[in-house]
Amino acid sequence: MARAKKPQSRVFRHGQSHDERWLHFYRQMLKIRLFEEEVNQLYLGAKMPGLAHLYIGQEAVAVGVCEALRRDDYITSTHRGHGHCIAKGAALDRMFAELLGKEAGYCRGKGGSMHIADQETGNLGANAIVGGSAGIATGAAMSAKMRGSDQVAVCFFGDGALGQGLLYEAMNMAALWQLPVIYVCENNQYNEYTHYRETTAGELTARAEAFGIRTESFDGQDVRAVHAAALTAADRARRGAGPSFLLCNTYRFHGHHVGDIDRAYYRSKAEEEEWKTRRDPIALFAAWLEKNKLADRIALAALEHELSTEMKSAVNFALQAKYPDRDEVRQHVYA
Amino acid sequence: MDRQIRRSPSIGQSLREITFAQAINEALAEEMRRDPTVFIIGEDVAEAGTPFKVLSGLVKEFGAARVIDSPISEAGIAGLGVGAAMTGMRPVVDIMFGDFITLTMDQLVNQAAKIHYMSGGKLKVPLVLRTTLGASRRSAAQHSQSLHAWVSHIPGLKVAVPATPYDAKGLLKSAVRDDNPVVFFEDKMMYQLKGSVPAEEYLIPLGVADVKRPGKDITLVATSSMVQVALAAAQALASDRISAEVVDVRTTSPLDKQTLIESARKTSRAIVIDEGYQGYGVTAEIAAIIAEGAFYYLDAPVRRIGAMDVPVPFSPVLEDQTVPTPEKVVTVAKALCNRI
Repeated sequence: MARAKKPQSRVFRHGQSHDERWLHFYRQMLKIRLFEEEVNQLYLGAKMPGLAHLYIGQEAVAVGVCEALRRDDYITSTHRGHGHCIAKGAALDRMFAELLGKEAGYCRGKGGSMHIADQETGNLGANAIVGGSAGIATGAAMSAKMRGSDQVAVCFFGDGALGQGLLYEAMNMAALWQLPVIYVCENNQYNEYTHYRETTAGELTARAEAFGIRTESFDGQDVRAVHAAALTAADRARRGAGPSFLLCNTYRFHGHHVGDIDRAYYRSKAEEEEWKTRRDPIALFAAWLEKNKLADRIALAALEHELSTEMKSAVNFALQAKYPDRDEVRQHVYA
Repeated sequence: MDRQIRRSPSIGQSLREITFAQAINEALAEEMRRDPTVFIIGEDVAEAGTPFKVLSGLVKEFGAARVIDSPISEAGIAGLGVGAAMTGMRPVVDIMFGDFITLTMDQLVNQAAKIHYMSGGKLKVPLVLRTTLGASRRSAAQHSQSLHAWVSHIPGLKVAVPATPYDAKGLLKSAVRDDNPVVFFEDKMMYQLKGSVPAEEYLIPLGVADVKRPGKDITLVATSSMVQVALAAAQALASDRISAEVVDVRTTSPLDKQTLIESARKTSRAIVIDEGYQGYGVTAEIAAIIAEGAFYYLDAPVRRIGAMDVPVPFSPVLEDQTVPTPEKVVTVAKALCNRI
């Protein structure tokens, strides 16, 4: 079988300095933040059908991990997946179009917020079944190994997926067969409306360690920490050293979905404020950039302005895009 | 392709008598030789060749990297199959007993069946999931069910229920080459059934029914091993001068509605025979299609004979009552033809 053409690594792009790379990380995180804020506005303005699960607060995970991957590496995502899609390279206009059910969307409007897939960037799709993509990501890794392609597969999932048996079946096989897969657990503290400590016994990392999988646990609000761990995991996977499990401790700033406004019954305002004011991954990274003289406040504000303009134009594209033809309802049931 | 060639081995081909199990084995071996992306994964599929010995010898030819013994993790291997299928491979997932497909349901129903549609036609899942159906092995309630209706219900899945070695081989080869997920049911009780199979390569398309025996008084529509039951009933009915036409659907999805309706219009009576539970089952769907499509041609209500709606019991005296038999088909057919 023909080997996939190896694109140049995004990690060591020729001619790009480390400083530029960190600014690119910042840009990607901010892009996700602004995208999600726009999604919330679309919901509040009744312009978006259905609901969406915002990634705000967790941006460092998607960006830190995806920046350690090649374009042809695979990811599988979750119901809270917009961040993963953007971090892997999805275009904003087609993202918005999908969220609005338009033909120009990544899935011709057939998938919506929870099912964005983009073959071009290795995104095998977001999954609305919690833990449902553990098998798909692990199978993609098995396929990569069988084809000798040296691609890596990343399975993004939340703390809630730790309750699903499929994940353990898949991790067992990944460890047995040393598959090039990285399990990225984003512990945003809540299984929907329930704190993970009420649902999850023992230490979270112990669950992967039981299979002999190398695990790492770190601050998921620190994009550099996430990236360092992801680089190590991707490198190991690529050279045949098997799977890794990365536990990223993070926080969902908004509710479970855009309509989850009254949250006092499951978490306190004080807790939310603590994370938003002291543990915001974008603010933390901006401070680090400034401290290290990689960017000043004016440059970051200019970047935000540029992204806001880009965002508005992408939203307008989606708002004006056409819906799919009605007779498309029966298309694509079978290949 | 003309209907005659689809139906049975043609004159001029070099026919051999092989078993249903050998037909399955040959189909997989040929497809694995033809396409390096085809591989098998399942419990005890390699050296053991499955408990039914259907895959014997394949690991010797293709090696353990392509005939992969898995842990006892039905959901997991189905999931790995979906992911591998989406990324350039053609996995054949072996689920030992049809009862165990209940463990794979999320991966089949929510993932495999929907990925092509949800992605707007971009992603494909060329996966085959082979499993078994059929009672009468004294295996009790968790190793005897025929659950093909479960997956036939789901848009996006194809479902094959072959009745002869010839059909099994041709359909399985098509299933492996299909770009959609195909669930392939083999009746455990038919593995030793022999039939004529050409030495030359052939394919049978998914979605084309086969008239296994032509007749004019009544149509017996059947699936999987119930085709053999229907053929035995047709033989018995012939001695009562009732000419029964036996239609084998071969795949429940896609379903060849046209052939079913044409046959019922011709004979004006129909019985549907299937080993799945009768309630909300394959017999109900097919009976409704015939009733809708042939109503003005029918001289009697369409009758259904499915498995009894009870968990399959262990004791032979109980179990044998639960599955359709030629005797029961004969009795119902005679009643419909006013011969009782």
